[in-house]
Amino acid sequence: MNLRAKLIQNIRHFFIQHDFLEVETPLRIPAPAPEEHIESISSGDWFLQTSPELCMKRLLAAGYPCIFQISKCFRAQERGSKHLPEFTMLEWYVAQFDYFQLMDQCEAMLIQSFKDMGHTQNIVWQNNKINLALPWERITVTEAFSKYAPISCQEALAQDKFDEILVEYIEPHLGCDRPTFIYDYPAKLAALAKLKDGNANVAERFELYISGLELANGFSELIDVSEQRQRFEEASEIRELKKWAHYPLPEKFLAAMEKLPTCAGIALGIDRLTMILANTDKIDDVIAFSPENL
Amino acid sequence: MYAASDLKKGLRLKIDNEPYIITEFNFVKPGKGQALYRSKLKNMITGNQFERTFRSVDNFEPADLREKKMQYLYKEGDKYCFMDNESYEQVFLTEIQVGDSVNFLIDNIEVEILLFEDKPIGISLPNFVDLIVTEAEPWAKGDTVSGATKPVKVQTGYTIFVPTFVTEGEKIRIDTRTGEYLTRVKG
Repeated sequence: MNLRAKLIQNIRHFFIQHDFLEVETPLRIPAPAPEEHIESISSGDWFLQTSPELCMKRLLAAGYPCIFQISKCFRAQERGSKHLPEFTMLEWYVAQFDYFQLMDQCEAMLIQSFKDMGHTQNIVWQNNKINLALPWERITVTEAFSKYAPISCQEALAQDKFDEILVEYIEPHLGCDRPTFIYDYPAKLAALAKLKDGNANVAERFELYISGLELANGFSELIDVSEQRQRFEEASEIRELKKWAHYPLPEKFLAAMEKLPTCAGIALGIDRLTMILANTDKIDDVIAFSPENL
Repeated sequence: MYAASDLKKGLRLKIDNEPYIITEFNFVKPGKGQALYRSKLKNMITGNQFERTFRSVDNFEPADLREKKMQYLYKEGDKYCFMDNESYEQVFLTEIQVGDSVNFLIDNIEVEILLFEDKPIGISLPNFVDLIVTEAEPWAKGDTVSGATKPVKVQTGYTIFVPTFVTEGEKIRIDTRTGEYLTRVKG
């Protein structure tokens, strides 16, 4: 609890020092972004947010270039030793940044936070010593597959086994010696990321891992409204087949997106970061009350 | 049917017509990826273990398992015979199915027989059984060190460590879960 409080204070301090505006957006929203693998929890006729992404992008479109938020997010049926249906997310956006610049800033923020918490050179998590000095490792998703997995990224996608292979063969190796960014995700898994200039097969999306633990996900944000609408419609169709909750399309977000500047954004799990600082592999150890305990 | 979200440690499932118990379970999910359920399963007949990752769309059939109180009658060849005292129905278990329980199996003892689709597959003993010591070295003078133990044999042939004051012919209580001595029993 002490670690958690101190960490959040240090993170706030970092962003305030870097001229970010702290924002608060509603937790309860009428139209979440439809995603194939993330289901929301309903709240009356509306839904609890699965991430503050759409509202924060509306603020960017309204002219706030550097914003951050620490808020609760809710995801149905996500419960495990590293998952909570209600968890705390740090999310920040920077206008005119691309995903590589955002990786740099993420490194700076985490190095500062680790330092403020007393970890200057390295940190030990679950008997694994992680070197925090720059440069952190950066490898593409394709490279990660050829390095660690028995099949290529292409083959995994064709066999509909991307997530299984990622979880079983790749994640355990990521971020063991030093934190690792894997980037350039297949276009199919772009989420709300923009496709790479000059290579439409991949999206400008990255994830950060420390000692096998997925900590953050970021993109160069998609700013093309018609492509965004199409992706929402495709995701909605898949959700329909799965008989998941029907969301109205987020029309107000799509309208605001016309004015969305080039930008990059990232979401980082505060509970998971606290787990690393507390050297525990159980998310329940870093929160006041687990859902089963209420 | 169970959904993948119902899976948890200890749940018993029927897979390929055999009963399995989940011995280890973890929910994993890449943030934007699909929910996966990594499970370690143990075959309740053969004891074989294997790992499998399930998806959220997978469905599972519960294993039809129940326990029935029965009385141990006798051993014939490598088969152990048990009888239901109400229906007088008799069932047989193999040595492998009886396993370590053989150490505490005395005539007429009441046990729980595990049935999978009405076929017997295993046994569970009462937590405590009282057995007679059939072979023990006499208590030598000088064995006064507190906590000292010696090996003795009980009526089933099982060898167990007991305090040095236990003598041949006495009845002792054993915890069948640990296989350890608890106390002497009078009478």
